[in-house]
Amino acid sequence: MAAVTETLDTVQSVTQSGYKWGFETTIEMDFAPKGLNEDIIRLISSRKEEPEWMLEWRLKAYAAWLKMEEPQWARVDHPPIDYQDLHYYAAPKKKAGPKSLEEVDPELLKMFEKLGIPLKERALLAGVDPDTVENTQIAVDAVFDSVSVATTFQATLRKSGVIFCPISEAIREHPDLVKQYIGSVVPVADNFFAALNSAVFTDGSFVYIPKGVRCPMELSTYFRINARNTGQFERTLIIAEAGSQVSYLEGCTAPQRDENQLHAAVVELVAMDDARIKYSTVQNWYPGDANGKGGIYNFVTKRGACRGDRSKISWTQVETGSAITWKYPSCVLLGEDSVGEFYSVAVTNNHQQADTGTKMIHVGKGSRSTIISKGISAGHSNNTYRGLVRMLPSATNARNFTQCDSLLIGDQCGAHTVPYIESRNPTAKVEHEATTSKIADDQLFYCRQRGLSEEDAVGLIVNGFCKDVLKELPMEFAVEAQKLLAVSLEGSVG
Amino acid sequence: MLEIKGLTASIGDKPILNGVDLTVPPGEVHAIMGPNGAGKSTLGYVLSGREDYTVTGGTVTFNGIDLLDMEPEQRAAAGLFLAFQAPVELPGVNNANFLRTALNAIRRAHGESELDAVQFLKLARAESKRLHMPDDMLKRNVNVGFSGGEKKRNEVLQMAILRPKLAILDETDSGLDIDALKIVADGVNALRGPEFSALVITHHQRLLDYLVPHRVHVLANGRILRSGGPELAKELEKSGYAGMIAEAA
Repeated sequence: MAAVTETLDTVQSVTQSGYKWGFETTIEMDFAPKGLNEDIIRLISSRKEEPEWMLEWRLKAYAAWLKMEEPQWARVDHPPIDYQDLHYYAAPKKKAGPKSLEEVDPELLKMFEKLGIPLKERALLAGVDPDTVENTQIAVDAVFDSVSVATTFQATLRKSGVIFCPISEAIREHPDLVKQYIGSVVPVADNFFAALNSAVFTDGSFVYIPKGVRCPMELSTYFRINARNTGQFERTLIIAEAGSQVSYLEGCTAPQRDENQLHAAVVELVAMDDARIKYSTVQNWYPGDANGKGGIYNFVTKRGACRGDRSKISWTQVETGSAITWKYPSCVLLGEDSVGEFYSVAVTNNHQQADTGTKMIHVGKGSRSTIISKGISAGHSNNTYRGLVRMLPSATNARNFTQCDSLLIGDQCGAHTVPYIESRNPTAKVEHEATTSKIADDQLFYCRQRGLSEEDAVGLIVNGFCKDVLKELPMEFAVEAQKLLAVSLEGSVG
Repeated sequence: MLEIKGLTASIGDKPILNGVDLTVPPGEVHAIMGPNGAGKSTLGYVLSGREDYTVTGGTVTFNGIDLLDMEPEQRAAAGLFLAFQAPVELPGVNNANFLRTALNAIRRAHGESELDAVQFLKLARAESKRLHMPDDMLKRNVNVGFSGGEKKRNEVLQMAILRPKLAILDETDSGLDIDALKIVADGVNALRGPEFSALVITHHQRLLDYLVPHRVHVLANGRILRSGGPELAKELEKSGYAGMIAEAA
């Protein structure tokens, strides 16, 4: 009897790949026709009621993109993408950008609730110290396909001068800020996918933290791809003025589908003197089924500029989803004594492919960077760390420390480490350490002898392996991430 | 409690156990002694279900259930505990977290409620205090950077917290100084009771001075060669195994 139940459970976990966010929401949508050309870009721009300069910026990016080729250097493999076979704009039929939560389609609210994303601003509990409650509140911007459907706590944030809104709204309401910073960290023609994003981006979040302000709550954006044959091209811009601080988190899921879907985002961060930006990602796009069918192509450009002296940008990412991940959150360390950090856990299972890492470009004197990368490969997957540390001639006494660890589960997967180190300043110091290990049979047996199931044992060992990174995540997301790791590796042993 | 009949097992093509017969009644502590390569550790692994070993014949029942049919974690939930000769390191895994997860898995299997972190720490601290172990043992990563003695003491602490019905101690005394030896013996003695049995695998008579067994068995060439009372251990200490093995052959 027990054996039968067990078999059923195993079959279930294998066939569903344990992806619990794969449901589809039925909602009336407004689509742009398939394909990409100048008219589509004009259409997106007009749907977003953008000013003329934004349209011109997009068209310039499109012209650049047309001359570019898809990059081939990453250790990933996929059939050619037909860029004319995608919808570049898909929005729920109700008017985009509702002004208040009451106006949001209840179907959408229901969906985000199902995903565990709170779009209701819960009232403060009576008798509770508002300071402590404040810390547990999180402002959320929810992006559904091509539009932001709700942004919570905007009013509360505005009191401290913080702007947190959909980027489409920022383009209309704060054009000077957007114009000054958009494309200043990731230029329109930076790379193939960034150029594509610049031409067709639809929504994303905009954050502005004024001078000396410590953002009173965690900010977060939740991305959901729902519509079929639709690419999601989000654009996020975060500006932290001198002496300000902000912690920002993004999460993402998509329905389970047989065809691949494209997600090409651009994130730009700007930190002025003494400013701190902590950017955390829990990436859980649909990874495809156990045979590698379907899943999201996640081709993302993320870059932060530490423009000010003593500024600090910290990237933390937990990557468990996507069929293919191509992503290198980077820091350009311009300011003196500026600090860049990159903490990453990338998990690949079944037929997933990940080529991820970071770039630390040291320009400023005494700039420092830390890279901690933990790659976990299971099934038939391939997991590559690719990182660049560049010390420019001006980077006197700059330092970098890199630690890259790979963990293999089973004997069909691959782990690869590709570090690029360039130092053009003799006083700069670069350290690189790398290890590769396997979950040993004796570790599993030891855990099982103590009563743990094999899956729990793997979860425990994997979480132990990732601890240095997970502890960098905001508390409530660290717990989420731990659960996610266990789910992603379900059925990976035995 | 534990009943082993005609147990044979091999690793690869190599037979290690060649027909072990052994009964450990409830409430008793039995010692297994024998020369290197006799199959003592293999017996511990086979009883706890390590997959590297193939059981080729015989039966093992534990409180009336067929032990050989169960997964290692099911055997643990049934109350079997193996103190490893070489405890395994789990980098990044906090000892307290590891033990709580293990204890809760066992409690779940019994339909008992799980302990939260606070309840567990209270229990774990009390046990480590009783065993004169420093609190920081719980905070450290499982066996990582532990000295040989600390690893063995950690096994005893785990045993004290998990409260097994049958504990198999695989040369837990090896490499320990006399003080550590006493801690190990105390750990087992504290669990003694009508519901608890132990199988103590050891090379040396010394441990048995502190942990007095009901029976002593000599295992050689994969078989129980002789069984007797605690005095058998003293006899072995004087005359060694060679004579006994020659006599049996």
